[in-house]
Amino acid sequence: MTQLGNRNVVIAIHYQPISISMYRHLIEDADVGAHAWFEGVTRRMTGELETVRLTYEGFEPMALREMNRIAECIVSEFKLAKLLIAHRLGDVPLGEASLIVGCSAPHRVNVLLSLAKIVDQLKADVPIWKKEHFANGETQWVHPK
Amino acid sequence: MQEDYSTGGNRYDVLLFAIASELANRSAITVDVPSPTTAADMLDAIGRVCPALIPWLPSCRLAVNQSFVSNDFLISGDAEIALIPPVSGG
Repeated sequence: MTQLGNRNVVIAIHYQPISISMYRHLIEDADVGAHAWFEGVTRRMTGELETVRLTYEGFEPMALREMNRIAECIVSEFKLAKLLIAHRLGDVPLGEASLIVGCSAPHRVNVLLSLAKIVDQLKADVPIWKKEHFANGETQWVHPK
Repeated sequence: MQEDYSTGGNRYDVLLFAIASELANRSAITVDVPSPTTAADMLDAIGRVCPALIPWLPSCRLAVNQSFVSNDFLISGDAEIALIPPVSGG
């Protein structure tokens, strides 16, 4: 695992399975009233195509920097108490998590709004790429236009 | 980066990832450019060294020292250059 972090923010890249239970303690804070989590998992069907697994590749040092940059902005904008972003690289089988985001704040609106914004920014700017492995044996990099 | 005294330019290893690495069949390519050079000119130089990447270059971004840069950014001296195809994490 590679990890960045400070008192409020933890950023991690793993090559092993990740789960919310691994990180729950990192966002706990006696002064918050809301925890929120997002877990991105490998989906089986995309239209007519059946996926058997995804493989993630990253430019790791820059991915950590970009995730940390996004996290610091979101913590400031939404007054979060704690924020965790963990991304898995390598093979991710069906149903397993590739991305976990968790955050806490005094009020629910802050955590609910911040989750969506974090995931959107991560999908736009963090140098991580996924490759689909289909049931028919074909593979394809996913590169949104 | 290596200084090339014969041309007055610089030589950079450009890191490649995902589809770019697959098309080039390697994880980095070497390009020679004038010094300083713009990010846009660096992208053109990448295309000259590896024509297979040309169709993808308009949708790629350049990162210098692990930060995205605009096309008019000036690159000179020691710098880590990476070609970043459209990302798809999450």
